[in-house]
Amino acid sequence: MLLKTCDGGNASNFTAPGDESELAAFVEESYARRRALHIAGGGTRVRWAEVGGDFLLTARGLGGIVTYEPGELTLIARAGTPVEEIEQTLAAQGQALAFEPMDHRLLLGSSGTPTIGGVVSANVCGPRRVQAGACRDYILGVRFVDGKGRIIKNGGRVMKNVTGLNLGRLLCGSYGTLGILSEVALKTLPMAESQQTLAFGGVSAAEAVELFSAALRTPFEVSGAAFRGATAWLRVEGFSRQVEYRRERLITLFRDRKIDIYGEEESRSLWRGLRDLHHFAGTSDAVWRIFVKPTDAPAVVAALQALGGDASLDWGGGLIWYCGSGDAVSVRKAAEGGQATLVRGGALPASPIFPPEPKGIAYLSAALRKTFDPAGIFNPGLVDG
Amino acid sequence: MSTIAMPTPDEAIIARKSEIVAALAAALPAETIVSDPEETRAYECDALTAYRCPPLAVVLPRTTEEVATAMRICHGLRVPVIPRGAGTSLAGGALPTADSVVIGTMRLREFLEIDTANRYIRVQTGVTNLSVSAELESEGFFYAPDPSSQLACTIAGNIGMNSGGAHCLKYGVTANNLLGVRMVLATGEIVELGGPLLGASGLDILSLICGSEGQLAIVTEATLRIVPKPEGARPMLIGFDSAETAGECVARIIRSGVLPVAIEYMDDVCLRAVEAFSKAGYPDCPAVLIVEVEGSDQEIADQIERIRAVAAELHPIEFRCSRNADESQAIWKGRKSAFGAMGRLGDYLCLDGTVPVSKLPYALKRIGELSKKAGLEVANVFHAGDGNMHPLILFNANRPGDLERAEALGNDILRLCVDLGGCLSGEHGVGVEKRDLMPTQFAPDDMAIQMEIKGAFDRAWLLNPAKVFPLEASRPHREGAATCS
Ligand SMILES: Cc1cc2nc3c(=O)[nH]c(=O)nc-3n(C[C@H](O)[C@H](O)[C@H](O)COP(=O)(O)OP(=O)(O)OC[C@H]3O[C@@H](n4cnc5c(N)ncnc54)[C@H](O)[C@@H]3O)c2cc1C
Repeated sequence: MLLKTCDGGNASNFTAPGDESELAAFVEESYARRRALHIAGGGTRVRWAEVGGDFLLTARGLGGIVTYEPGELTLIARAGTPVEEIEQTLAAQGQALAFEPMDHRLLLGSSGTPTIGGVVSANVCGPRRVQAGACRDYILGVRFVDGKGRIIKNGGRVMKNVTGLNLGRLLCGSYGTLGILSEVALKTLPMAESQQTLAFGGVSAAEAVELFSAALRTPFEVSGAAFRGATAWLRVEGFSRQVEYRRERLITLFRDRKIDIYGEEESRSLWRGLRDLHHFAGTSDAVWRIFVKPTDAPAVVAALQALGGDASLDWGGGLIWYCGSGDAVSVRKAAEGGQATLVRGGALPASPIFPPEPKGIAYLSAALRKTFDPAGIFNPGLVDG
Repeated sequence: MSTIAMPTPDEAIIARKSEIVAALAAALPAETIVSDPEETRAYECDALTAYRCPPLAVVLPRTTEEVATAMRICHGLRVPVIPRGAGTSLAGGALPTADSVVIGTMRLREFLEIDTANRYIRVQTGVTNLSVSAELESEGFFYAPDPSSQLACTIAGNIGMNSGGAHCLKYGVTANNLLGVRMVLATGEIVELGGPLLGASGLDILSLICGSEGQLAIVTEATLRIVPKPEGARPMLIGFDSAETAGECVARIIRSGVLPVAIEYMDDVCLRAVEAFSKAGYPDCPAVLIVEVEGSDQEIADQIERIRAVAAELHPIEFRCSRNADESQAIWKGRKSAFGAMGRLGDYLCLDGTVPVSKLPYALKRIGELSKKAGLEVANVFHAGDGNMHPLILFNANRPGDLERAEALGNDILRLCVDLGGCLSGEHGVGVEKRDLMPTQFAPDDMAIQMEIKGAFDRAWLLNPAKVFPLEASRPHREGAATCS
């Protein structure tokens, strides 16, 4: 077996297989030797030191778009394909990844190239998640290597498929702990022809969430609802005339409020910044991603601010980003009723990245991990550590 | 006789019927238990009526706790359990075996919570699909997945099969609209997954449950995403002189950047049956598309114009756009009554294999050839926007050998779907109907890992054990489980 070593990692314990069978052979051998693997895509997210493992294994060597059928809204790409390559290919046909994957590099101060396998493994989404669904909702099929080195195929390339268990959705967001993706098939969507944003200044988090709930119950397909500082934003997208119509209807709905309108360019750059958390980039505190029920968000934000940090909202209040001090225990206490994940450790001492699971679920999760990865060689430090 | 085999029922379990019923009766209210052979017959099949077998007994609990009690008892006595909703499965997903207990969730009918500010509804899973939208009507919301059986089928079965409907081109299938569940594991333990949050940090076990065909757990409560009702919707009907052109039109509409809520297809066999049945005023042509768009009047008009321009390049024989509610209803009337209309022509098998949209024209042509070769008529009516075909194979159940020929033709058609890059089932599930075809879509390892997952949830392999996986492939798992303590 030939293993490629690349620059960037320690040559003796770094591998980037060039095809799926090489990947499978490497995992099979690791299984036999009980060799712990740290799995990475482009290496822009969690760093090796935080996760551990005897070997750093990246799927970045498995690159390239396999098929793209705009008339079927279907794209198949190998896991190591850079997200940027995919977005450019889609844009050339007027399509996009509707879940708007976030780019973590600025926030984490990391380099590297985000890959589609990494995006899927972490179920990375952006502001449009509130209207269009998560990364998980766009997975049509996957190919992956399990913890014994078996190559497994699940799902396919068609939009409707209920044949057998849906492992693609399960692998999405499993952070490489169940299998190493080698190929993903995704549903694409037409890219909105145009967009505008309504900005509401001088509002509190509580007012923002009220605004969001009112806007998101309209039929105007609000595709972004975020809050930071004292401003709330609503994004409308669609064909040009549709965007104008939607904007006017929302202005009427909120006629008691002062509203600024951002045109195309300004809107795009605002949402890119919100998506990638430009407002917390360049700071050094820990950054937490907290899922809550939108109407719980104001109270959680207040509790977090009492810890001394700053919070912003996305997904109509369903997602809180918190940047600031407070140890894992106090942040999770402030986020009571929600789920807090550590995205950037900052100066925090080693802390569990994920919140503990309730007992019944923890049992099922452990049973699933054992099924996919019986020797526990995939990202072993990630879930227990 | 029919061609799908079921495992030989365990005589030892059948012999213990009175012990099993007594154990259930000791722990559950009398009215939840059905054990009289006359009455259990009502549960002998689902909508795949060619296959029937009354179960040992039926339990119809009214609470999650009662489901858990029934499940715990069956687990303790090692009795297979068949979860059942309304029994409208077309795949035999709710088909019992003689040594099984059916646990039906249709009496769990409460609406537990509506939260429009956070956009979800929480229900017990015995409520029907349509009643969820009805419950939301006054709030201006609806529940998006809309199987044609929505008047009868329950949320439990929708989750079991990950059901879809005509409008899932835009709104997605059940998996895209399911936020959380409360469920009972094979051991009787109650577990909650997900909830109103838009994200979760652990493994997405919920996605495994959705579409698991009653093999992993019995789902008793569900949190569902709700969607604001559109301002309006309008269908148009486009007739073409060939299936190929209609198929091409579907791909071109999608490529043009408009995303209709639904694109439905009907061929001439179906059109004629529908016309005779419902007098919907459909044109007599080889292929018709029904395309529906949503929005304000202006948004609708704009989208129609775009679609009209795309269709015009392909010279349709007919382009009819609804101008008012009555005309919209007329356009949908025929499509909605299609299954009923076909039923009047005789018995039919309804397949739901999916192919990539670009392969639709070829698939239709091949189905025509296969149908001719088999000497059985096939009508096509389906969700074209996502390539989810519904070939209806017409046969006569009273003519010896006809069912077998129809099933053989069905298998050929489903193999064709897989060969073209599609799948065996787009929305009805595998059940027993497509069970033995699984190896055409999955390699041994692809299937092995799914059976291992089933075993991780249900070590004794008691939940719906004879479904989804070919009996030969699941035998070691089932037999291994039977001997495990
Ligand atoms: C005329 C007609 C039209 C149809 N149209 C469509 C359509 O457009 N789209 C579509 O997707 N389907 C369609 N179907 C198929 C069927 O209606 C769906 O599969 C439906 O979701 C089944 O729901 P049910 O409540 O009847 O479930 P059942 O048929 O009782 O069960 C379905 C499956 O779910 C499992 N199950 C049931 N209850 C539970 C539970 N509580 N927990 C766990 N598992 C459970 C069962 O074991 C079985 O495997 C149609 C059927 C008919 C007869």
